[in-house]
Amino acid sequence: MDAPSIIDILTPLVAGAAYEAAPSVDFATIHVPAGHLLPTCQALRDTPSLRFNVLLEVTAVDYLPREPRFEVVYHLLSIPLRQRLRLKVRVGSLEVDGTVPTVQSVWPGAGWPEREVWDMFGIVFAGHEDLRRLLLPEDWEGHPARKDYPVQIRKATQTYEPLEVTEEEFKANLQRDRQRRQQ
Amino acid sequence: MAELRTETMTVNMGPQHPSTHGVLRLILELDGETIQSARPTIGYLHTGIEKTAEQKKWQQVVPLVERMDYLAAQSNSLCYVLSVEKLLGLEMPQRVKDIRVLLAELQRLASHLVWIGTHAMEIGAVSMLFYAIRERELLMNINELVAGFRFFPSYFRVGGLREDLPRGFHEAVNAFLDRFPAKIDEFEGLLTKNDMFVRRTRDVGVISQEDAMAWGLVGPIARGSGSDYDVRKYFPYTGYETYDFKVPTATEGDVFARYRVRVAEMRESVKIARQAIQRITPTGAWACNDTRVVPPPKDKVYTEMEALIQHFLIYSQGFTVPVGEAYVPVEGPRGEHGVYIVSDGTNRPWRVKMRPPSFMAIQALPRIIEGGMIADVIAVIGSNDVVMGDCDR
Amino acid sequence: MSTHELAHGHEHGLDPELPLLTTTVERLVQWARRSAIWPAQFGLACCAIEMMAMAASRYDIARFGAEVFRGSPRQSDLMIVAGRLSRKMAPAMRRVYDQMPDPKWVISMGACASVGGVFDNYAIVQGVDQVVPVDVYVPGCPPRPESLIYGIVQLQHKIARSRA
Repeated sequence: MDAPSIIDILTPLVAGAAYEAAPSVDFATIHVPAGHLLPTCQALRDTPSLRFNVLLEVTAVDYLPREPRFEVVYHLLSIPLRQRLRLKVRVGSLEVDGTVPTVQSVWPGAGWPEREVWDMFGIVFAGHEDLRRLLLPEDWEGHPARKDYPVQIRKATQTYEPLEVTEEEFKANLQRDRQRRQQ
Repeated sequence: MAELRTETMTVNMGPQHPSTHGVLRLILELDGETIQSARPTIGYLHTGIEKTAEQKKWQQVVPLVERMDYLAAQSNSLCYVLSVEKLLGLEMPQRVKDIRVLLAELQRLASHLVWIGTHAMEIGAVSMLFYAIRERELLMNINELVAGFRFFPSYFRVGGLREDLPRGFHEAVNAFLDRFPAKIDEFEGLLTKNDMFVRRTRDVGVISQEDAMAWGLVGPIARGSGSDYDVRKYFPYTGYETYDFKVPTATEGDVFARYRVRVAEMRESVKIARQAIQRITPTGAWACNDTRVVPPPKDKVYTEMEALIQHFLIYSQGFTVPVGEAYVPVEGPRGEHGVYIVSDGTNRPWRVKMRPPSFMAIQALPRIIEGGMIADVIAVIGSNDVVMGDCDR
Repeated sequence: MSTHELAHGHEHGLDPELPLLTTTVERLVQWARRSAIWPAQFGLACCAIEMMAMAASRYDIARFGAEVFRGSPRQSDLMIVAGRLSRKMAPAMRRVYDQMPDPKWVISMGACASVGGVFDNYAIVQGVDQVVPVDVYVPGCPPRPESLIYGIVQLQHKIARSRA
């Protein structure tokens, strides 16, 4: 099924969405506005003529000099109907444009790919239950996959991790265990 | 008398642990032996391959991409090469397609051998590792014959292959294919009816087909739960539609079902490889005819001017790929493996993103192991066949 | 020790391989230490598979003394860093190294562990020697199992000519 026929099926189901078919060499590609992403995904999964039941990946591309800067790309697969689809959502950087809604409620497998996109690009997914760093250390600064982040940074290797408990907390824990044992 | 006070114990497994197939960290909360919650932490092998690939030319990305999923190296390079060729609009000669199919299936065998060796070793059958690696050495010999390198041959290039097949290739492959089915029977004789193995793997780590689909797991994990999705049958590539093979499935969805699926896949791979080697002539075409992408043969470079210019252009600045994007997935040993390529028309990629099957498998891991015993965690991680290089990239 | 002795340690004087009763205690201790080096499992990435192949039956490492790969660093004397070390993993690796009892040695296996390898970027530590002191560097991507065996044999020579 190509992009215009999918858009024809979706347009009556999602009110007010302005879809755009994009040119592609491999399979149907559709631009979706960020505000209508969640109803679109639900329609794609549940409509009997579409049945996209597998979300393969969520990723993003940084087209730096262009505004809006990022494009979040979703690859979908319909096993019963043997077809693939690519959704693209244009979003700018956080200060300019806002966020993209999470699709975790439609496909639970979107949790970690969205975390990775936050980690690498800094795109916030509104409503995500656990949006924190996935591939990089928790205290890393910056989002490496952006085009204005250098490939190699000069940073001293951190060889010791700080303790997760402060000294006062540690002493308080010991005291509490001692008291419990005496009871 | 004092009340018996119970509370859960938090145990940290990894990142350095003999049984986690690489550097995976699991923070488990245990109530006795039962797992209340599991939180995986990944990223200990994050290599920034995608960012580094943006600095290299198109042909130079092939060795980088191979080192991502290091057990299925040639399936990585195959999906990358297919995506770039799709953007370029190149069509390969039939002999190149057959060689690619043969090497992809041999690579699947090599990966499944490491899987069965490590999985069985962690469950307790330690000698399986030695048997499996012994067979894998024969496959490494074939890799070495073809490209000089045991592990990451970088033999698949954009535009075809690196060079023609060497002398002795057919004998080596036929000798291996004649010997190997008996070895699969030996492995099955050791494990499939072994009471200890069956008891540790039956009804352990069950995942239903709907759950597998919802969490994005496609590949042997979904096939162990009843789905028959296989990229080779649904969206055929490099001529797989002309080969005769079955896709094995199982319905129980437990560790034992996935084991049976992968062993049956090994037999099917031998069948495909046999068909492929019969179609391949010892010498012939090893690349397509596009001179922008494929360097001309060396004797022409020394004598003809156009060939010299072409050689110089290809090796100094590389070829350019038209603006656009492509995603051509292949059926890797772990599931659907694909590379999403975005090109801006220059000689370097704008974005290279790999779709990692092990990433989704580890994301679904808490769902599979919660409520089970801690000894089952090892069996489940082994049966999900996770490779951390693939997960963290 | 003079540089001459360092370079030709066990070649002049008594050969510590010969079971003579007149070897000094130090040479005996060093012979014992280098003949039974037990590695700790620290396979990170692709080089770990070649390390497994080295331990398997074709390139048997047990005939060089490395009989078992210990799971716990507290029971091992050699850490073979096999694979690329990412910045997130560096503190964990330092902790494993600190847990090993003396005398301990480190072999940096492969190009990524030695100098960062193919990956010159933000995520990979450019050389494991920024985190732990390394005794032998084995180049390759990944090094053939024979290269790694050669590296272990070189380590054995190094132990032979060093002080106990």
